[in-house]
Amino acid sequence: MEVKAIKEQFPILNQEVNGHPLVYLDSSATSQKPASVIEAVNTYYREDNSNVHRGVHTLGTRATDKYEGAREKVRKFINAERTAEVIFTRGTTTAINTIATSYGRNKLKAGDEIVITPMEHHSNIIPWQQAAKATGATLKYIPLQSDGTVTLDDVRETVTKNTKIVAITHVSNVLGTINPIKEIAKIAHQHGAVIVVDGAQGAPHIQVDVAELDCDFYAFSGHKMCGPTGIGVLYGKRELLENMEPVEFGGEMIDFVNLYDSTWKELPWKFEGGTPIIAGAIGLGAAIDFILEVGQDNILEHEQKLADYAMEQLRTIDGITIYGPEKRAGLVTFNLDDVHPHDTATVLDSEGIAVRAGHHCAQPLMKWLDVTATARASFYLYNTNEDIDRLVAGLLKTKEYFGNVFK
Amino acid sequence: MSLNNLDTLYRQVIMDHYKNPRNRGNIDGDSVTIDMNNPTCGDRIQLQMQVENGIVKDAKFEGEGCSISMSSASMMTQAIKGKKVEDAEKMSRAFSEMMLGNEIDTEEFDLEDIEALQGVSKFPARIKCATLAWKAMEKGVREE
Repeated sequence: MEVKAIKEQFPILNQEVNGHPLVYLDSSATSQKPASVIEAVNTYYREDNSNVHRGVHTLGTRATDKYEGAREKVRKFINAERTAEVIFTRGTTTAINTIATSYGRNKLKAGDEIVITPMEHHSNIIPWQQAAKATGATLKYIPLQSDGTVTLDDVRETVTKNTKIVAITHVSNVLGTINPIKEIAKIAHQHGAVIVVDGAQGAPHIQVDVAELDCDFYAFSGHKMCGPTGIGVLYGKRELLENMEPVEFGGEMIDFVNLYDSTWKELPWKFEGGTPIIAGAIGLGAAIDFILEVGQDNILEHEQKLADYAMEQLRTIDGITIYGPEKRAGLVTFNLDDVHPHDTATVLDSEGIAVRAGHHCAQPLMKWLDVTATARASFYLYNTNEDIDRLVAGLLKTKEYFGNVFK
Repeated sequence: MSLNNLDTLYRQVIMDHYKNPRNRGNIDGDSVTIDMNNPTCGDRIQLQMQVENGIVKDAKFEGEGCSISMSSASMMTQAIKGKKVEDAEKMSRAFSEMMLGNEIDTEEFDLEDIEALQGVSKFPARIKCATLAWKAMEKGVREE
């Protein structure tokens, strides 16, 4: 993989921040966008903009073809059987909320269980808390091992015949843990439960094959995988989606509207009320083209090397605590002794290095780690070992700076 | 921006308050307690104030957060102790102005150590850290 050539395709990365060449290490929050994605959105607005599924005119047809073309790209990208199973949403959060509301609240009753883990992002916790409260179902957690992984024995222990939904992240946005989705899906299915996968940190980095994983729902966001913000995907098995009610009602999603009753369009459109996120979907399609051209295996291998190198280099720093398992996705979450992560992030920013500091939308996990906040460096296909060297140098400066101001 | 520019943010006096916070702890007896957090970053503060006859008799805080939020809490409690409630509120408004980068009338207010936080206005991402304790104080005064 020619990283230099890839990096050159990201215009934003070619700039100085605070007098230093930018080192962007916050791709888990949002990835940067290659020129091809920016151009696809730009071209759509300049040349093809029109509403979809209703125009008899030429622009309407072009916009519809591009929008539905993007859906087909997503279908192939995750190996879904049909485009009917690919619903465009505003992002992972909206996708999980749709499942929790339409599937969860309608199917759950008192005595049922929803099983999640403490490593979930808030967007895969709160929708289930709310669904549990609304239905009287119980929310249960699969315990974490000390390195932030789950064992299949613990999954078997937690999932029971009363479990109706198992919701779990593919990849932890804090620990970098990669969960064994296929095996967990099998356990869920043995108990008659469905599995919902939060793929926000999965799809950008790991080849997702929903048929192979046999997951019932898979949710992900475009903006974390080189696409625009405001577009995401809810994949669901057709037989499940067929039996679910829409959560948003209005234009675009209807079949017949009478004075007191209406019927819905077929899948996937019954879940896409209102004018859809046309430009976003087209941008996501371009992002998928870009990722496939680079090659998903290449991306994963590159990130794995970056993660290994980062772990090796960061460990040389005295007084650093690194959270999460040895085998991890391309991110490292850490703290420096006696320096709050916000302060670390501010000093790094002064060196042109962008990292995330805070609770990473995972407050229960922060409690589990017994910290209030952490710093996180996350990598993507455009990052290099030099970026990690800059990070290490920046952290040494942080230590030195805070050491000195304390004297 | 070089590390030198960081000195406008991390002034010596701020670091001193961070390392040796004043008024950290709890008030025994009657007091108003305010819990406030910054949900985007996880900083949290618990502020306790004892107000008698319109005067802030005592103010103490507990909490967790970065150097800016904790030093600001330390300075704020120091500044409002013994002040009339309306003066404490005025001070808070002046502090907000300072965070917006606006000039404030230092004749009217003796901000003492607090002036050291002026540099925060140059770091927009950190302004919320600095204002957390002041927001808690304003809320407490309203509740009184």
